Amino acid sequence: MNVLNFVNAFFGDSAHWHGYDGIPHRLLEHVQYSLTALGIAAAIGLPVGLVTGHTGRGGNALALVATAARALPSFGLLVLMFVLLGLGLLPVMIPLVVLAVPPILVTTYEAVRSVDPSPVDAARGMGMTEPRILLRVEVPVALPLILSGLRSAAIQIVSTATIAAYVSLGGLGRYIVDGLYQRDYEKVVGGATLVAVLALVTLTVFWAVTRVAVSPGVRRSA
Amino acid sequence: MIRIDSVTKRYPDGTVAVDRLSLEIPDRSITVLVGPSGCGKTTTLRMINRMVEPSEGTITIDGADISRQPVNSLRRSMGYVIQNAGLFQHRTIVDNIATVPRLLGWSKDRARARARELMERVGLDASLAKRYPYQLSGGQQQRVGVARALAADPPVLLMDEPFSAVDPIVRKGLQEELLRIQDELGKTIVFVTHDIDEAIRLGTMVAVLRTGGRLAQYAPPAELLSSPADSFVEDFLGTDRGIRRLSFFTSETLELKKTPIVAVDSTAEQIASRTDPDTPYLLVTGLDGRPLGWSEPEDLVAGEIETERLLPYGRPFVHGKDSLRAALDAAVLSPTGWAVAVDGDGQVIGAVSQQTIGEAIRSAHAEGRDDAKVAG
Repeated sequence: MNVLNFVNAFFGDSAHWHGYDGIPHRLLEHVQYSLTALGIAAAIGLPVGLVTGHTGRGGNALALVATAARALPSFGLLVLMFVLLGLGLLPVMIPLVVLAVPPILVTTYEAVRSVDPSPVDAARGMGMTEPRILLRVEVPVALPLILSGLRSAAIQIVSTATIAAYVSLGGLGRYIVDGLYQRDYEKVVGGATLVAVLALVTLTVFWAVTRVAVSPGVRRSA
Repeated sequence: MIRIDSVTKRYPDGTVAVDRLSLEIPDRSITVLVGPSGCGKTTTLRMINRMVEPSEGTITIDGADISRQPVNSLRRSMGYVIQNAGLFQHRTIVDNIATVPRLLGWSKDRARARARELMERVGLDASLAKRYPYQLSGGQQQRVGVARALAADPPVLLMDEPFSAVDPIVRKGLQEELLRIQDELGKTIVFVTHDIDEAIRLGTMVAVLRTGGRLAQYAPPAELLSSPADSFVEDFLGTDRGIRRLSFFTSETLELKKTPIVAVDSTAEQIASRTDPDTPYLLVTGLDGRPLGWSEPEDLVAGEIETERLLPYGRPFVHGKDSLRAALDAAVLSPTGWAVAVDGDGQVIGAVSQQTIGEAIRSAHAEGRDDAKVAG
């Protein structure tokens, strides 16, 4: 019972590298689910967070919704959605998005709120329009925090997307679910390792994006 | 001309920030709004660029009601400088300054060229262009703030306590720089401060506001110091307003005494001829004409003058350029009670006693308040 032996055996087996149940295909599926869920969550969380952060209105309601959403168990929600909607991608996407929206929304709101008010006042006094103030003055300064919200959402999605396998979909969860069912612990450990590696890759991607996207003036003074 | 016509700002909770304020702000001069906190000076300033909308009354610029103008184009036609500068930390210095030209649709190259020109104008080294705000000192950041406000060459400049957050020495430098820039550019500047010294130093006209947003007095600084309208203004001016008022009188009228001056290489006859009963001390000057110190005549031995044993002479004043305040200060600082007058090159041209300065002050008072303003 050595975990490293399991890992070795799993990745050493050439059968795991080909075909429909092969690592490349399952990895691709997992990445697809994760990106879709992150995209939808960001499309909801970012605009709402930016606008509420800029106007300073609706912060309390936002905190309430976010706390409530965080309290929902992803797995329970998946089962409920499966019962209501049947098989398909939608019952998987809903719990993942519900999981990812709160960190994006709350961090974005806080990030914009915490921008020093004096440049914003100066920008307004110079005759910048409100959307321009938000996008050209507040967002560039709030960007490191906004990206950190997206990053925690992405990590949570990557690890939780394994539940897709419970409703007959693919992704890396397939190895874990099937392995448990077949008592093939080599597979379980292999799948879990892949998820962990993917989470680390996600972290690296966000680190690189932050390096490129955040102005040196903000990075140094933050 | 900016005309503020019986403007009131009342907030929904009933607080009155500005109460029926009327002011005529002359073109091409610095008008300072000064008063204690809660006097509505910042609110008044912010009503000029519609960051705050008045509850009653109108503000016109050259006769045009500003409430009828599109708010963003109104703001782009006015420079705006705030405390702590409010720079955009994610942009380089040159891009910070180029903000308003870019808003007005200038090309990036043209806006940057203009920004570099302004950096020079406000005394910022060109090497700072590509830096970020966090790499600059507070004083430098504030210069960037001023340059940014001037970038699109607006006729009006609104400055809200721009120099309050920097230390006194840097503040003095920034004030001098502002006066110099104003000499060159002739903007209509509205300047808010809580510092009465700053108001007197910078203002062509000074509006003193009292708590509750009412105008206490609106006058040129010299008039404010000589005839405060009421006890509030008098208290606000502080206890030494008489001394400060002397800043507005030139030292040119002071009659200098040239006899009690001896060069360090003087002969015994020269020392004897310079000694007279009215002046108990002689001022010894170096071979370059600069002051070395005072001495009692009997302590001076020709050819053996020990410069390190001379009495200190305090700080000399530049005759004609400095004010009576500087001359009086020079006399008070000097242990002998005599002020040393120098020319522009620092060479001694005479000495003046406290008594003579006192007489000059009395006659300046008698002549009234028409004297030209001189730097203090």
